[in-house]
Amino acid sequence: MSRVFVSRDMASVALGADDVARAFAAAGCQVVRTGSRGLFNIEPLVEVETEEGRIGFGPVGPADVAAVLDGSHANRLGRIEDLPFFAGQQRFTFARCGIIDPVDLNDYAAHGGWLGLEKARALAPQQVVDAVKASGLRGRGGAGFPTGIKWQTVLDAPAGDKFIVCNADEGDSGTFADRMLMEGDPYCLIEGMAIAAHAVGAGHGYIYIRSEYPFCVATMRAAIEASAHLVAPFVLEVREGAGAYVCGEETALLDSIEGKRGQVRAKPPLPALQGLFGRPTVINNVLSLAAVPFILSEGAEAYAAVGFGRSRGTMPVQLAGNVRHGGLYEIGFGITLGELVNEIGGGTASGRPVRAVQVGGPLGAYFPPSMFHLPFDYEAFAQAGGLIGHAGITVFDDSVDMAHMARFAMEFCAAESCGKCTPCRIGSTRGVEIMDRIIAERDITAPVRPEPVEGRARASTSSARTEGGYLGKALYSRAPDRIDVSIEAQTNLLRDLADTMKYGSLCALGGFTPYPVLSALDHFPEDFGASAPVKEAAE
Amino acid sequence: MSFSRETDHGTPPVLATGKSVTLTIDGQSVTLPEGTSIMRAASLLGGSIPKLCATDNVESFGSCRLCLVEVEGRNGYPASCTTPVAEGMVVRTQTDRLKQLRRGVMELYISDHPLDCLTCGANGDCELQDQAGAVGLRDVRYGYDGATNMGQAKDQSNPYFDFDPSKCIVCSRCVRACEEVQGTFALTIENKGFESKVSPSQGEDFLGSECVSCGACVQACPTASLIEKKVVESGTPDRAVVTTCAYCGVGCTFRAEMRGEELVRMVPWKDGKANRGHSCVKGRFAWGYAQHQDRILNPMIRASVDQPWREVSWEEAIAHTASEFRRIQAKYGTRSIGGITSSRCTNEETFLVQKLIRQGFGNNNVDTCARVCHSPTGYGLSQTFGTSAGTQDFDSVMQADVILVIGANPTDGHPVFASRMKKRLRQGAKLIVIDPRRTDLVQSPHIAAEHHLPLRPGTNVAMLTAIAHVVVTEKLYDEAFIRERCDWDEFMDWAEFVSEAARSPEAIAPLTGVKADDVRAAARLYATGGNGAIYYGLGVTEHSQGSSTVMSIANLAMATGNVGREGVGVNPLRGQNNVQGACDMGSFPHEFSGYRHVSDDATRSLFERTWGVALDAEPGLRIPNMLDAATDGTFKGLFVQGEDILQSDPNTHHVAAGLAAMECVVVQDLFLNETANYAHIFLPGSTFLEKDGTFTNAERRIQRVRKVMAPLNGYADWEIVQLVANAMGLAWTYDHPSQIMDEIAALTPTFAGVSYDRLEAEGSLQWPANDAAPDGTPTMHRDGFVRGKGKFVVTDYVPTDEKTGPRFPLLLTTGRILSHYNVGAQTRRTANTAWHPEDRLEMHPSDADNRGLKDGDWVTLRSRAGETTLRALITERVAPGVVYTTFHHPETQANVITTDYSDWATNCPEYKVTAVQVMASNGPSDWQQDYAEQARNSRRIAPLEAAE
Repeated sequence: MSRVFVSRDMASVALGADDVARAFAAAGCQVVRTGSRGLFNIEPLVEVETEEGRIGFGPVGPADVAAVLDGSHANRLGRIEDLPFFAGQQRFTFARCGIIDPVDLNDYAAHGGWLGLEKARALAPQQVVDAVKASGLRGRGGAGFPTGIKWQTVLDAPAGDKFIVCNADEGDSGTFADRMLMEGDPYCLIEGMAIAAHAVGAGHGYIYIRSEYPFCVATMRAAIEASAHLVAPFVLEVREGAGAYVCGEETALLDSIEGKRGQVRAKPPLPALQGLFGRPTVINNVLSLAAVPFILSEGAEAYAAVGFGRSRGTMPVQLAGNVRHGGLYEIGFGITLGELVNEIGGGTASGRPVRAVQVGGPLGAYFPPSMFHLPFDYEAFAQAGGLIGHAGITVFDDSVDMAHMARFAMEFCAAESCGKCTPCRIGSTRGVEIMDRIIAERDITAPVRPEPVEGRARASTSSARTEGGYLGKALYSRAPDRIDVSIEAQTNLLRDLADTMKYGSLCALGGFTPYPVLSALDHFPEDFGASAPVKEAAE
Repeated sequence: MSFSRETDHGTPPVLATGKSVTLTIDGQSVTLPEGTSIMRAASLLGGSIPKLCATDNVESFGSCRLCLVEVEGRNGYPASCTTPVAEGMVVRTQTDRLKQLRRGVMELYISDHPLDCLTCGANGDCELQDQAGAVGLRDVRYGYDGATNMGQAKDQSNPYFDFDPSKCIVCSRCVRACEEVQGTFALTIENKGFESKVSPSQGEDFLGSECVSCGACVQACPTASLIEKKVVESGTPDRAVVTTCAYCGVGCTFRAEMRGEELVRMVPWKDGKANRGHSCVKGRFAWGYAQHQDRILNPMIRASVDQPWREVSWEEAIAHTASEFRRIQAKYGTRSIGGITSSRCTNEETFLVQKLIRQGFGNNNVDTCARVCHSPTGYGLSQTFGTSAGTQDFDSVMQADVILVIGANPTDGHPVFASRMKKRLRQGAKLIVIDPRRTDLVQSPHIAAEHHLPLRPGTNVAMLTAIAHVVVTEKLYDEAFIRERCDWDEFMDWAEFVSEAARSPEAIAPLTGVKADDVRAAARLYATGGNGAIYYGLGVTEHSQGSSTVMSIANLAMATGNVGREGVGVNPLRGQNNVQGACDMGSFPHEFSGYRHVSDDATRSLFERTWGVALDAEPGLRIPNMLDAATDGTFKGLFVQGEDILQSDPNTHHVAAGLAAMECVVVQDLFLNETANYAHIFLPGSTFLEKDGTFTNAERRIQRVRKVMAPLNGYADWEIVQLVANAMGLAWTYDHPSQIMDEIAALTPTFAGVSYDRLEAEGSLQWPANDAAPDGTPTMHRDGFVRGKGKFVVTDYVPTDEKTGPRFPLLLTTGRILSHYNVGAQTRRTANTAWHPEDRLEMHPSDADNRGLKDGDWVTLRSRAGETTLRALITERVAPGVVYTTFHHPETQANVITTDYSDWATNCPEYKVTAVQVMASNGPSDWQQDYAEQARNSRRIAPLEAAE
């Protein structure tokens, strides 16, 4: 009887993995459901246990059982770890993901699980915090704040109830690393949280998972139950979100766990001092917490040995959008954007030239290929007017209309704004209206991009969006007699609005929305009815 | 005082930690307590940082983003409201960059706000308008064709204020005020982002929502979104006068904001130490009775009560009053007349009425409505502690760890204090409620009582003794405190008494109907949970064992060491605005001001020297005794100021018979109240808005009442009393109530340090205020009890004679509701009737089922004293076997039902326990019909004869 491995990851299932798994089981195979390896153009992927190791076939369908089992299937990939997409990775955090049965405690232990927790428990809390500091680990949710320093603050807070909260409200479009880890290696996160609890003296932990991740919720709950005795007296529970993007902002998330309307809190007080239920709280992203077992088991030096500048360790980069090899690629900081997009990602899925990539989710900046030399590094991206965020990279080919992308950024902000602060609450809606005016004015005055793009009707998107849009009303009617609707005036207004939002907003939702808007405007002015950038013109 | 808003420092003061920091703001160095916001620091320096979502009665929120500042060495532009000051911090609040950002934010605000300032109700009193000016907004480049929240329908359902969502800037100040200040949680923000909208309850209108109309939201609103209807109608005020509310014993101070002689709105005074800037629906909104058409403005007389009234001049009315009283005394003797002081009038007026009686009538036949509410408090606390007053100030509750509420329903009766209490409970203090009803405190948003002991009415003493039993037998008492502060032998006697098995929770459970385990748990919590504070109301006093209950409470507080510091104590929640003051001023027949017995020669001779007459050393008649004497034919004349004994006193038939037997009843009141139906002379009274004086609230706080408009009836009440006194031959020469207070201070040791000058300078004083306590006394019995050693009094439970039986199987208990005040004379003449148009009888569903009654059915309520009809409200708030109603409406006359049983020590009526039967009814009782007819007749005023 053959032993085969099929992913139970949500993305794999969406591509048909359940049907494939059933077909193999029906054929008498012992099917082990794993997490995803993280390369989606080979999903559904089946790995067959052989004497030479696990041999992968993918993508395969339910009808392919015989061909896979006899090795004749055309999509025979060989050993997965030997594929170029995997061979170059540095899988510190995702070492087990795709390999083990996610909820099998023995499998986890057999692959190095709990070593970090064991080592941590042998250390004093301060030593654990010191190790995390020494590793250089920074918040993987996007802010990049040193994790060890956050833990230190909570450790130093007066004793009493303290909490560990895991932010698993992975709402950025194009990101999926948190989900993959929770579905593929949930004990890794639990172990990381248990280490954090030991380090700061917390007794209770919450994992806040967005409701759009039902597989995560189920997997985490099963894993929490199965491992309760191992992390005791630390107690963990899952809280489900209710669909608000802003609840991924840490203070809104805390309010949401407390049962309140998910609204951003002003800081100070820092959550580290007055967090959940007013108590000192470590709130970290899934990837930050999941990096901790490696740091403890392999040593802070091993983690800090890779990386670039002040960005130490590895980052699970997520390639998405119009990209040929979409998936998760964990690598030390320092790899260039161009390498990630073109070499690892293999360029666009459509085969057309890459025109822009957005890094860091819907609030990240757009970069043109002329900036592909940027090393993946918090500081380098900040200096270039962008951010790494949660390390999602969304690729666009040359059919993209960047004015529409700028509008989308404002629309996203308007749809997800909690409504607390004024720049975000009103500004995002006004931003959509400005973009509507610019697009309308641009389309009326001149065809700015000479070569028409096949297969896409650019001009139609604006009106289609507004009619059925979430705002439920027409956003723009031209009133030239009242305000100056010229592209120049509206572009100036857009820049002023972006300034107000960036420096005036309470949280990163309103504060970062200007990144995609202004980067689109700066790098692709021709899409906004202006002439091409000066530096390109000078070439 | 001319009109300007009170300074708003943006964020509340911080609790002093003792640490302070020094920083520089715009070049000025300032040292402030740690935790102060930059915004408040700048405001205290005299600067003003633009702000909209910040206001200093709620915590900072950080949403408007107008208050951004620059801090050296920090990235970005932190909001000054949410950023605390730090040592060495260098802050700039006014830079070009900040101007640009603030203007950018304001441009967004105004892009979604109507530009109808000139016709807006808040024109000239709008923070949005002010701030738009302050940041120099000159242009809205977004235009007005985009998405908008304007044009939404107004919610005008609340009788006092409008909600216009079109003018809302979503600052959440109203929502936060509702949560943090009032504690009702009626408001929320519905939807999100651009469509965020203030919503009462779940999309209801204000009137239909959980809103209690306290007005905190209206006060908090920076625009015209929530605005008083009166302001819309009358325009913005042009001057403000600080005065004290004339409703309950909390004693809220307000700024009466005036436009000429017209009162435009009442805004709670932030410096008021009783209310700390908060109010309830009565104080803030229900003052329209002062101008109500029912108000009587001319004196009237008649020969007998079946005649119509005849309007006469003040001179005639006063002369007639004096001659009638003198005639009666000549015929029936000196002690044949008496008077009743009003707990709603000022200290000065009350003092004058008792002076009129003692000095002018020559007897001690003076009593006051405290007889029927808190006389047992006076007796019980003076026996055990040595003073007739509560031990704490209201602020004390913020340091309580365990709050025990017994026989009080503060969210209805003392709503502003209840809000403070709820704030403390939300901070984590534990709550024990002992009450037959499931009051709001037992379970309301973010509040839940740890223990609710729903005892049978009339079993308070048994319950409190059982709690004491647990404290003593489980050795939870504070031996060190008792040995130091009390008499140990007395304690031992008391301890032995309460320890008897017959007084255990298990033994008394059949009487109280409360599970013994719950009683034990509550007792343990009170005794061991940290600072234990007891708050009680009329559910304690208005019983045949009212005084015993007060003493049981005092015993418990002493045994657990919960007296003499902040956060603990025994706190009666006094009913009327000046019931404490009326008692202090010598309104009782046996006591001069300051609770000194009339038989005390030294005291009496002090008064005799000052007043120049010999005074009676015999205590006079109490109200019930006066009425008894009247029916016996020995008491013939009564002066009643601001009190409606017919409606408020028990056993209405008996009261009516007593009044009817008198030859001259003089009523001084705003309205022809029910007692006036039996009056021969009516002297129109003045409202609290029309006179100067002082009220003393439940925390012994003496506060100024200031005249904001001329009396419509021509005279302030104190002037009318002086006219009567002088007509009776006394030579009073008071020009101003301050002179009366000077006399009180000279004659009353506990008031020795009180004067109008000091009240003006300090806002308020808590008595005792004298050389021993120059700054007044927020917490009593600090270094020892006033009487020396605290006295433990053995309080044996004696069941009331009022018992249920086959004829009267249910127990009626009475109480109050938020929107109405006492007999409703004032509140029924305001739009507060929108919430409570009639008294209802609360009844448990099982009792209703047994009788085939449905919610809203008319029922007859019958006791051995009488019967009335009203509609039923079927609710589980009351336990089976218990029914409950209010006594706010004369149509119901709940006191027709109550009996003449009363407290053994003080005659305080047993309002809270009456055996009754309830049955279906199809109309008003005969009595109700007869009385309605009689009242109609009695209120006739003869048309003025045409001048010849």
